This record gives sequence, structure tokens and C-alpha cells, in this order.
Amino acid sequence: MNEKNNAMAKKIKPYLIFALMVVILFLIIFPFLIVVVNVFKTKADITQNPLSIIGVSSGFTLANFPNAMEKMNFWNVFGNSLIITVSATVLTILFSAMCGYFIVRHNWKICTTLFGLMIASMVIPFQVLMVPLVSVYGGTFGLLNHRLTLILLHVGFSVSMATFMFHGAVHTNIPLELEEAAYIDGCTKWQTFWKIVFPLLSPTIATVAIIDAMAFWNDYLLPSLILQKKDLYTIPVSTKVFYGTYSTDIGLVMAALLLAMLPILILYVFLQRYIVKGVTSGAVKG
Amino acid sequence: MDRNKMSYRVSQFLIFAGPATLLFVGTVIVPLIYGFYLTFTSWDGVSKNKPIVGLDNYVAAFADKIYWQSMGRTIFYSVFSVIFINILAFALAYLVTMEVTVRQKDKNGKKTVMNRGIWGQNFFRAGFFVPNLIGGIVLGYVWQFVFKRALVSLGNAITQGNVPSLLATSGGAMFCLILVSVWQYAGYMMLIYVAGFMSVPEDLKEAALIDGCTPAQAMKNVTIPLMRSSFVQCLFLSITRCFVIYDVNLSLTDGDPFGSSVLAAMHVYNQAFTYKNYGLGQAEALILFVVCAIIGITQVYIGKKGEVAA
Repeated sequence: MNEKNNAMAKKIKPYLIFALMVVILFLIIFPFLIVVVNVFKTKADITQNPLSIIGVSSGFTLANFPNAMEKMNFWNVFGNSLIITVSATVLTILFSAMCGYFIVRHNWKICTTLFGLMIASMVIPFQVLMVPLVSVYGGTFGLLNHRLTLILLHVGFSVSMATFMFHGAVHTNIPLELEEAAYIDGCTKWQTFWKIVFPLLSPTIATVAIIDAMAFWNDYLLPSLILQKKDLYTIPVSTKVFYGTYSTDIGLVMAALLLAMLPILILYVFLQRYIVKGVTSGAVKG
Repeated sequence: MDRNKMSYRVSQFLIFAGPATLLFVGTVIVPLIYGFYLTFTSWDGVSKNKPIVGLDNYVAAFADKIYWQSMGRTIFYSVFSVIFINILAFALAYLVTMEVTVRQKDKNGKKTVMNRGIWGQNFFRAGFFVPNLIGGIVLGYVWQFVFKRALVSLGNAITQGNVPSLLATSGGAMFCLILVSVWQYAGYMMLIYVAGFMSVPEDLKEAALIDGCTPAQAMKNVTIPLMRSSFVQCLFLSITRCFVIYDVNLSLTDGDPFGSSVLAAMHVYNQAFTYKNYGLGQAEALILFVVCAIIGITQVYIGKKGEVAA
């Protein structure tokens, strides 16, 4: 009897676990579902019944989208976010791959010092640096309100972590013999790096790209301090300002929140495998 | 070319490591040192001269009751968030790497027993990670709507009365902050634990089971000790992230009600940028950094000490 029960339990177990995971997934997605449900309703309907699937009194509406897009200047802020994220990510990868590679291959004192400083700097919270950053670069040099300033600061903050990861990758995955062969064939060090080493680093490049691009795209505090002009806002900054201005017009807010989430969610649907893999391998190395 | 010449070395260093070094020094090292200098001044953020006041800012920081209240809150928030993030993340990782024994008929109609994952494990792994894609500001507003409107309306429908929002009481606001952080980070830490689970060699677990361990014992005595580095990693990441959280705090509660949910990072921001006490704000930020670094590094040190190699 007991054995029969056991066999039965074993058979049911996969179904139970599957059901449990469905429930958890629902709970995790729940806040997003609430936004999606409400984005197609009028303000009055949202206020009256935020849980109903379709607006009770005025039904289905698409009006929130064009309205919110116009008010938050969507394509402009989207473009800003895109320019900043892409250029900061590319520069981080180029600079830190070069730097990490060089540190591995040269045991000079300056290299070990730099590497030590970079590792130590990873525990520094941004709060310690924000006042001096704003006062030096903003106050003394007047560099606020330029996208380039933000891009370079993003790179400066992420370069230590990325260098650390490239350092590990070169150390374990790039055989010195390959470079020596290239050198004998007449490559300079610069050519060897770009033609031989850099392409071999592509798994780490993907990891760094995913982690940093997500961080740059979602960052709020640094852009809000550096870019204070309306036409330079990034998506998180414009969401904050939009919310402050229109927090009573809840239909508009719903549309703005969904618009802020949509680009990265769409990207995730296509790149989901790589993103999960990238974050996992980045986490283990970091 | 003489490869040992100083000029050759300098030029090579500048070419390869120069850009990264320059930006790293410019954004981290210089501001860190300059910020340390600022703590000895009573700068107002506008005027050219920054009067030196010695240790006054540190004295004021240690006497700033509101600051230490926010610090206490931050520690409370971090302790609960870190514990629940890691418990949930570990459980989720266990679920999405779990294997079950199923009986299947092969082509010839023969019954075979095989181990395989639960259906859709990769799909769930990807799904549980979704909150990490969205920035803290947006998440905070989404949850604010959930707490203020959706849950209130649900509560009203159930009780037929007027249910207040969780965000309206100080205890409730802290609870919401912890809940949102756990919800946000559990999926991220889950991925690290998944990598940890996968790194434990299958044959070790099997050997333990053959030697008479129950699955629970095998988990406790074999799998978890071998995953120690994952725990160190996740704890370090969640502690350092929770300690300096700002954007969710800003968009979810904005410190309300009555400043009862202002965490240390927000207090530092307000001190410097809202009240224009740059020197004091900077001193308080530095204290926050020291507290955070001590906790993080101690944790890593203790964790690494007992690490077992597979």
C-alpha cells in the first residue's frame, strides 16, 4: 500500500512542481499585468475599478498611448537612452578589453597597482562620488548637460568590473603561443590584439555588453544629476518627471510606464537565452 | 625597437590601458579624494570659496539624529531583504534545476526510466528574471499603483469597507520596500544559484545517495557546502545593493509617510542636494560607504575562509 502511494506521489510530483512554478510566475508578472490591464482604460475607469479587465463604463481605449508619447516626448528620450547606452557599452568593452589584456601580459608595477585599485573600487557606492562629480565636472568645468559627459562617466564607473572580467578571460582562455605565432608572422602588438585576442574574447564581450547595457539603460541617479535639460532626458529620468507632472492622470501614467518597459521587454523576448546566460556567467566571474 | 626602453613601455601602456585608466581615475579616484577633502569644508555648492571647518562635519554627522535613524532603517531593511532575497532565490533555483524520474515508452514500446527536468525550466528561469530588466524608478511606480490602487480596491471589494493603502503607514511602507526588493532581486540571485547547482558534480550527489543519504541529507551535506561561493557571491551582491538603494525608495515611497521610509542613500542625497549641505552630506556618504564596505568585506572574508573545493 505504502509503495503504491509512493509510486503515485512520484508520478504526480512533476505536475505539482510545474503548477507551483506557474503560480510563482504569475505572482512575479502580476504587477506588469496590472499595468497592461489598465493601460487601455480611461482615467475614470482606472480609478473606479483598477482590477477589471476592460473599462466598466467607457470600455476599451487606445488614447492613452499617443497622449503619453507626446507628453513624455517618447521618441526623443528613447533616442537619448539608445545613444547613451550603445556608445557607453561599446566604449566600455573596447577600453576594458585592451586594459585587461595588457595587465595580464605585463607584470609591471603600474599594472598591478591599477588592477588592485580597480578591484578595491568595486565596493565604492555611487553616493560617495556624486557630490564631488557634480561639483567638479558640473561646477568647475561646466560639463553638465552633455550626453558625452554621461557616456564617459558611465564608462569610467563600469570599466573596473569589465577589466576584471576581461582579465580573467585572457588569463584562462587565451594561449600565449597564439600571440607568439602572430608576432613571428610579423604582427605588431596592436594588430595581435585586434586580430587574434579580441575575437577570441567574444563570450566575455557578450557578457559585459549585456550586464552593462542593462545597467546603463536603467540607471536613474547619474543621468538625473548630469542631464538636467528636458531634451536630454533618458527614459528613467523622463518617467520620474512625467510621473511628477501627471501623477493625477493615471491613464497617462500607465501608458508612460508601459512605454518605458516595452523596449527592453521586447528585446528580452528575442535575446532571452543570451541575456540569462550572460548574467549567469558574469555573476560567477565577478 | 628596444622593447625594454622606458619610452616604449610608457607608450604601450598608454595605448592599451590609457583610456580605461584615464576614465577610471577621472570618475572614481579623483572624486573620491576630492570628496574626502570636501568633508572638511562647509561648502554650500554655489560659492567659490570652500571654508575649511576641520572635523565639524563629522561631529555634525554623528550628531545628526535623522541620519542615524535612516541608517538604522537601512540596516533593518537590508537584513530582511537580504534574508528573503536569498531564501527565495535559492528555492527558485532549486525548482528550476530540479530533476524528476519519469517512465517513458521508447520507440519499441519498451518502458524506460529516465531523469529529466520539469517541463519549461528554461522558460521559468527566463520568466523569473523579468523584474531585473526594468529600472528601479519604473518598478517603484508600477508597484506604487499596485499598492495604492489595485490592492486597495481588492481589499475594499473583499471587506466591503475602506481599506487603507499599505503605503500610508510607516510599517507598511517599509514592508512594501522589502517586498519590492525581494521581488526584484530574487530572480537575479536565482541565476547565480542555478550556476552553483550546475557546478556541483552529479557523481558526488549520486555517491551520497548510494551511501544511504536521503535527498535532503545529500543537499545539506554535499550540495550546499559545495555551493559556498555562490552564497558568498549572492550575499555580497544583495548586501551592497540593498545598502545603497535609492531609486525604488524614491519612486515607491518618496520617504513618506512623514519621512518614515527615508533610507540612508536618500538622506545623503537630500542633505547634499536639497538642503545644500555639501560637506555634511559628503561626510555622511563616506560613513555610509565605510559601514557598507565593512559589512560586505567581513561577509566575504568569513565566507571564503571555509570554502570547499569540489
